[in-house]
Amino acid sequence: MVERNLKSNILMMKKLLVFTLIMFVFGYALVPFYEKFCEVTGINNLLQPDVLAKDNWVDEDRWITIELDANTRGLPWQFKSLQTSVRIHPGESVNVMYEITNDTDREISGQAIPSYSPRFLEKHLKKFECFCFTKQVLKPHETRQMPVQFVIEPGLPADIDTVTISYTFFELPGGASTATE
Amino acid sequence: MAAVHGDAHGHDDHHPSGIMRWVTTTNHKDIGSMYLWFSFTMFLIGGFLAMGIRAELYQPGIQILEPELFNQFTTLHGLIMVFGAIMPAFVGFANWQVPLMIGAPDMAFARMNNWSFWLLPVAGSLLVGSFFVPGGAAAGGWTFYPPLSTQGGLGVDLMIFAIHILGASSIMGSINIITTILNMRAPGMTLMKMPMFVWTWLITAYLLVLVMPVLAGVVTMLLTDRHFGTSFFNAAGGGDPVMFQHIFWFFGHPEVYIMILPAFGIVSEIIPTFSRKPLFGYSSMVYATASIAILSCVVWAHHMFTAGMPAVGQLFFMYATMLIAVPTAVKVFNWTATMWRGSMTFETPMLFAIGFIFLFVIGGFSGVICAIVPIDIQVQDTYYVIAHFHYVLVSGALFSLFAGAYYWMPKWTGNMYNETLGKWHFWLSMFFFNLTFFVQHFLGLAGMPRRIPDYNLQFADFNMISSIGAFGFGLTQLLFLYIMISCIRGGEKAADKPWDGATTLEWTHLPCPAPYHSFEKPPIVK
Repeated sequence: MVERNLKSNILMMKKLLVFTLIMFVFGYALVPFYEKFCEVTGINNLLQPDVLAKDNWVDEDRWITIELDANTRGLPWQFKSLQTSVRIHPGESVNVMYEITNDTDREISGQAIPSYSPRFLEKHLKKFECFCFTKQVLKPHETRQMPVQFVIEPGLPADIDTVTISYTFFELPGGASTATE
Repeated sequence: MAAVHGDAHGHDDHHPSGIMRWVTTTNHKDIGSMYLWFSFTMFLIGGFLAMGIRAELYQPGIQILEPELFNQFTTLHGLIMVFGAIMPAFVGFANWQVPLMIGAPDMAFARMNNWSFWLLPVAGSLLVGSFFVPGGAAAGGWTFYPPLSTQGGLGVDLMIFAIHILGASSIMGSINIITTILNMRAPGMTLMKMPMFVWTWLITAYLLVLVMPVLAGVVTMLLTDRHFGTSFFNAAGGGDPVMFQHIFWFFGHPEVYIMILPAFGIVSEIIPTFSRKPLFGYSSMVYATASIAILSCVVWAHHMFTAGMPAVGQLFFMYATMLIAVPTAVKVFNWTATMWRGSMTFETPMLFAIGFIFLFVIGGFSGVICAIVPIDIQVQDTYYVIAHFHYVLVSGALFSLFAGAYYWMPKWTGNMYNETLGKWHFWLSMFFFNLTFFVQHFLGLAGMPRRIPDYNLQFADFNMISSIGAFGFGLTQLLFLYIMISCIRGGEKAADKPWDGATTLEWTHLPCPAPYHSFEKPPIVK
């Protein structure tokens, strides 16, 4: 009786340990699942170009000021936008230029992460071309000018007349390109 | 009563004496007692931190704790109370009661049981010790969201290791409990004849093995983000800090049910005993517990309504959360129906159990209010949320622990506790608890944010009331300590069945105190 009990207890323990291990792996599996989920549903879509809605139109009666901001964090680059702000009509295609310079004697790769104000601007901002879609690799003392092309949809709430688009460059660990795959 | 003494035949308790008895013990009763003492110690430490928080908030302005230290106090108060006090206390109850209530001689894996306990003091000292390392303890809140937790100092690493160890301990404990319950029940005790406390623990233990490994995973990711160059939660490296919140709350929401389901079990034992009626709707209780456990796994994002989520997601998590109110209401209904026309008496365990129902319902309702997305966006991170979860954790989980301790003390020690002092303990706890936390609803609705050591003058009066209540509540718990110690040391001898409405095996088949080795020959359950 006792012997049989011990055997079935140990079998039970093994099953539960395997289950525990599966759940530990499941915790890690949530990471690619989360990324895939965000990609499929279009939430948090930082690296893919957007598609403009077919019924887009230009609201000639309205002006929006776009302030352009550029920062670096933890990497020795000069990063600036060539205009500080642009005035546009919602719905029209806008082209702005940014410039990065590597002041050091080594090759550095960086990734830009966008940030918007107000936060819900993201829903109305359609980007077709951006240096933030891929990592940027700069040779020593190289300078590069990069365009961003986008449309702010006319659906942006009427009380908003100024928005800010900000980019921050982060250094990627040597050769690694986790963000751009 | 002949049956009562059937198992009490004299054993030689051939265990080492002194400290080595406790270090080497594999006896479920010894280990249960150690769990309870450990959790009470942690409860006092966590309580000391709470007193510090309330002392700082007694008046507006910074008087006692600098903001950095205040943040460490709130963080460690949460971590210690959740992982150090409430959870081990319930495991302590499980260790003592599960074998006694199902007629098993001991836990399934006695040596592993010893190990799961002795991991706890290690983790506890890591947490407490983190106050004394450079940079101090973790200060980013008990939920340790990045980026604060990826940036903090050595204290955060100690916290991560403590959580790893506590997780390992919990998982081993749960494996032990599941195996004991499924494999070692007395002949005749079918699953649907098990006492409710055993049922709730079986389901809780499954929840633990389900989500504790996920917590272990998420803190491991945090650790590798901090020290090994990964970027799980670092936006610059392609990670996402919001993903941490999703994974954390995938653990965190079942965790709150891990802390309340055994409480439901304790209350479901006590209410029938003192109403002298069987539990109303036993099988619906079992199904309600199971459905709460299942639903608890699909509601996690209600903690993140303001973190950015599509409206569809908010709606799903809102309705799923509100759905949990249904099985919970079934339970409250059943407890009330058990008392209906019962011949009730109001000894201390019953008082705490009724206080539990009364106050837990308040906490449950404020939970439904917080589930409503537009309201949650207003009250998130305010004192309203603090009030809500202290109503379910203090007057919920903690009150049930008090109720259970008074209820089973005669079985554990063979002595009756002091009923008069017990009643004082209840009424003082009841009064001071509400004084502390009821006013926090008003503070939250008025917009006072949590985790801030200073506040606007308009909040001054309610904060002073709340702090006075907190000091009173804290002091009252020393009375509990006194009552327990004097009960262990002596007091009126308990009859073998001091509660005449009790029907479970530990009361019907064992004397008081329960012998060191019990049910070596399993009882037959009809």
